[in-house]
Amino acid sequence: MMNRRDLLSHSAKLAALLATTGLLPGVAHAAYNAAAFDAKTMADLMKALGAGTPTESKDVSITAPDIAENGAVVPVGASTALAGVRKLAILVEKNPAVLSALFEVTDSVDANMGTRVKMGQSSNVYAVAIMADGRVLYAMKEVKVTLGGCGG
Amino acid sequence: MKFIPLLAATAALLACGAVVSQTKTASDGIAEYRKMLEDGNPAELFEAKGEDLWKTARGPKKASLQACNLGLGPGVVKGAFVQLPRWFADTGRVQDLESRLLTCMETLQGFNAAEIAKTGFDKGEQATLTALSAWISSESRGMKMALPQAHAEERRFYELGKRAFFFRGGPMDFSCASCHGEDGKRIRLQDLPNLTKNPGDGLGFAAWPAYRVSSGEMWSMQRRLNDCYRQQRFPYPGYASDLTIALGVYMGVNAQGAQSIAPALKR
Amino acid sequence: MADPMRIRAQVSGDKATVRVLMSHEMETGLRKDSAGKLIPAWHIQDVTALHNGKVVMTAQWGPSVSKNPFLQFNVRGAKAGDKITITWKDNKGESRTDEATVS
Repeated sequence: MMNRRDLLSHSAKLAALLATTGLLPGVAHAAYNAAAFDAKTMADLMKALGAGTPTESKDVSITAPDIAENGAVVPVGASTALAGVRKLAILVEKNPAVLSALFEVTDSVDANMGTRVKMGQSSNVYAVAIMADGRVLYAMKEVKVTLGGCGG
Repeated sequence: MKFIPLLAATAALLACGAVVSQTKTASDGIAEYRKMLEDGNPAELFEAKGEDLWKTARGPKKASLQACNLGLGPGVVKGAFVQLPRWFADTGRVQDLESRLLTCMETLQGFNAAEIAKTGFDKGEQATLTALSAWISSESRGMKMALPQAHAEERRFYELGKRAFFFRGGPMDFSCASCHGEDGKRIRLQDLPNLTKNPGDGLGFAAWPAYRVSSGEMWSMQRRLNDCYRQQRFPYPGYASDLTIALGVYMGVNAQGAQSIAPALKR
Repeated sequence: MADPMRIRAQVSGDKATVRVLMSHEMETGLRKDSAGKLIPAWHIQDVTALHNGKVVMTAQWGPSVSKNPFLQFNVRGAKAGDKITITWKDNKGESRTDEATVS
């Protein structure tokens, strides 16, 4: 296991290498979709993503706790075994902006992403899969939060 | 802190409890939540920082802390955490981890310990102490609490800590024992360990330092004690003061044999 | 420079499970400081993952991803010794890149 000093020198070399290339190799990085991250409803979000109407699907899974002791850190996983996934998204319905995270899925990774999100209050949480053929499929789970996680 | 919405939220949660308890109690739900967070404790970020700080030459004397004696000999970190607080011959005092780190930062690196102690938590060199605590405790992870009581001062501090633990005062007439003096107590959904005895592996004294998700901060035991005193509306006895060290001796000796899970993950 | 990430990549069958802990405040821009002023938003916006130099996953994050973010995903076909590189970039233009070897 690398200690921090090794990590730092390693990363410094790596960062320097990446800097000389100007851009990360092979990345066609889409511009940050600010509209998507401002969307207050699922409908607004789909419009910002240029995606169709979502339908609930048993082929999409959401992993999240029933109760989150603290809304500041709620572990959520979004996954599907279906082929042809373009994007996976994690949404928290009652947050000021519904979209938490948006993942671009390639053939090199499983359509299975896990992260931790902030929830301002108990809310439905969605895992959304946007398919290459245009379908938008989702799974939903209600997560109760005992203490809101947006600070203060 | 928004008290009323919390009450409403708790009431709503308890109202749902009638249904929830058929399959799972709130305690089970929280245990499941904590388990989901076990892998990937942000405390690891502080452990990495702490290890680096231990080995880096710093301070007016430009020296590392690698000669620091935490009780098992100069530079011995593995296993040291579960034997603190303890008596040290060179200072003639019983010291906890933070107090001992202050000693080493002063004698080896030339920092001013008194000034660091007065600094607010996580400001300046206090952040260094927090990171060091995270790493040093990680080097004893899984080991059992084994505070020595061979020296008369160590035993005196145990008695002092016990008196402090049961001392009632402040505007609410609280003592540590008000919350931590009996089995089966709880504040809202937080189970409160009974610290007058061994509360079990990974509980109480054996669970700090810890990363607190509610504030996204790494808390050392000194920080935890500071917050306990704040909750009791007592003035804080002072960073790494004898009183806080004595409380550590009392809790640590009571926890003899409990497995340390520090640095842990907490609400 | 931002603090390093902790990246662990472990082989499991024909994949590698990658777990990342990033050090970042992830400030939402909705909180107020003690003086009542809004603390400006400061959060990771872009995440890129490379496997042996090839991009395998990119992500865009909003401010509601938790502080000191955690990320987990599986890289298909990864073997022990392969390199996983993670880069994040935030809304202030700061970025951080770290690498780990699959074990």
